[in-house]
Amino acid sequence: MLNRISTYFYLRPRLVLLLFLVPPLVWFLVVYIGALITLLINSFFYLDGFTGQVVREFTLQTYAKLLLPTNLQIFFRTAFMAVLVTIACMIIAFPLSYYMARFAAPRMKGLLYLAVTLPLWTSYVVRVYSWKLILAQEGIISWFARLVHLDGVLQWYLSNDAVGGPSLSVSPTGIFLVFVYIWLPYMIIPIQTALERVPKSLIEASGDLGATPAQTFRTVLLPLAFPGVVAGSIFTFSLTLGDFIVPQLFGTSSFYIGKAVLTYQGTSGNIPLAAAFTMGPIVIMIAYLLIARKLGAFDAL
Amino acid sequence: MTESAILFKNVSRHFGEVKAVDDIELEIKDGEFFSMLGPSGSGKTTCLRMIAGFDRPTSGQIILYGQDVSNLPPYERPVNTVFQDYALFPHMTIDENIGYGLMIKSVAKAERVKRVDEMLDLVRLRGFGYRKPSQLSGGQRQRVALARALINHPKVLLLDEPLGALDLKLRQQMQVELKNIQREVGITFIFVTHDQEEALTMSDRIAVFSEGKVEQVGTPSDVYEHPSSSFVAGFVGTSNLVSGEVAERITGSPRRFSVRPEKIRLAEPRDEIESDMFSIDGRVRDVVYLGLYTRYLVELDGGGDLVVVEQNLKTTSMDVTKAKGRNVRLLWKREHVSYVEG
Repeated sequence: MLNRISTYFYLRPRLVLLLFLVPPLVWFLVVYIGALITLLINSFFYLDGFTGQVVREFTLQTYAKLLLPTNLQIFFRTAFMAVLVTIACMIIAFPLSYYMARFAAPRMKGLLYLAVTLPLWTSYVVRVYSWKLILAQEGIISWFARLVHLDGVLQWYLSNDAVGGPSLSVSPTGIFLVFVYIWLPYMIIPIQTALERVPKSLIEASGDLGATPAQTFRTVLLPLAFPGVVAGSIFTFSLTLGDFIVPQLFGTSSFYIGKAVLTYQGTSGNIPLAAAFTMGPIVIMIAYLLIARKLGAFDAL
Repeated sequence: MTESAILFKNVSRHFGEVKAVDDIELEIKDGEFFSMLGPSGSGKTTCLRMIAGFDRPTSGQIILYGQDVSNLPPYERPVNTVFQDYALFPHMTIDENIGYGLMIKSVAKAERVKRVDEMLDLVRLRGFGYRKPSQLSGGQRQRVALARALINHPKVLLLDEPLGALDLKLRQQMQVELKNIQREVGITFIFVTHDQEEALTMSDRIAVFSEGKVEQVGTPSDVYEHPSSSFVAGFVGTSNLVSGEVAERITGSPRRFSVRPEKIRLAEPRDEIESDMFSIDGRVRDVVYLGLYTRYLVELDGGGDLVVVEQNLKTTSMDVTKAKGRNVRLLWKREHVSYVEG
């Protein structure tokens, strides 16, 4: 009986393919694309300021609101933070990934893999809160600054409006540090995978042909690792763009996109404006991916 | 007197307990096609990597045209390598691959283009410059790797089993081509291979490696006709190794000797033995017909056996199979016997 079923399916590969594809397609179209379309539609409605009701009529006035200086500032602030976080993650991730891919013995590599992914086993919220303790006024960083008599420097740093705040735990610097911490694994893994695929002989060949290690890095290693770097940066960049918990917990009064969405949607019930805000990161990501494609990041796919 | 291109002075390379290269003395002359032949793990590739600079000797010195290069990094040595897997840069075109060394040395664009074109001509790949390595066949990639190394005018070109991945026909064609290119450019070639036929075909001289040591250095005919050890006799071509009591019956001395199967003649049992010959009687136990030639396994009277190879000049497969079981006398010239160590 079982044999006959097997034979039935074996002879009809198209049917098998269909059966395999239906569940993910349904999920993708209904849940995924459907939600996005709902968002898009909502962003063309508007909130009647007098009644507090959403008016279901096509309008661009919600988008016009996005262009108000305060709202534009939110976009720029968030995108700038995402860029900084991405660059910092790249700088930290590359050497570690390189070590893991090229030099680490199998045992060491396993351990490092574990160490990199271990934080992902615990709740994101718990980890973020633990940083609250680290960065707090009474936290280890401030304690250490006092210990080495650099608390004056810390105070001076925090007094700068652009980066500081009442304490590290309530400042753009705090947001930056926590973002770099939580998204770092998403940068390390793709870079490490890309570097792993570069044969050792290519590095040797480059040196053999007269290139110093720095030249080899620039002309061989970096271009070949580039797709991995881009993949990692897509994670760190988009996750930073949309996150609302970290700015909420560590932010001063300045808004970030995620926090703005949360506030408009939850607190003031302005779903159209929240939806329009959400379109922001989507557009930024599309632009980002187009640039990445232009630079050849997906040539290897 | 020819200048020596490379001198190994008591060079050793140990990896922990493993003596990959063990106290090697070697001289490679300017302009020669020199092969390092040996089974895998014999130390030949490690020697090549030490010349290239990818590996450094644990002790001893490597002298390149009078200069001690033992501790120079690869990018400061006037040698270039053709890698076993070709190691072409996948993100660059063929032009960019070949011109890589010049690009690194900041050679002007116009000059670079000119020399890349010359190289494409040399390896007969004109018109392929805009392609990516993935769009070429194995043989073509191999030639790109060669061009990329030669464009820098290295003093020595190192080739690490470059033909290993090619099929037989292409390999034989490339052997001839490599040899021609070497004559044309006049650079010292050091060629690592485990294929004895390849080494015999192409080399001016061969070093036979075994277990981190050089067993014998000599011209192809030296190494083939007069192997100095039983390892060389067995590794380069096939050989009959005879020792002890059997050797004593043939030569009158128990010293171990080697004799090539093709040097032995199958004769009638009562054929005359000339004074410059060795002989022994036996019976054909096995016959293997191989087209071009036939291999006979002859059981010697009183124990032991010898392999004999005869070309099928007049015989057919029908004739040779009839030889099975026949009594024969084996005859060969004394000069074809090499007394070997170990």
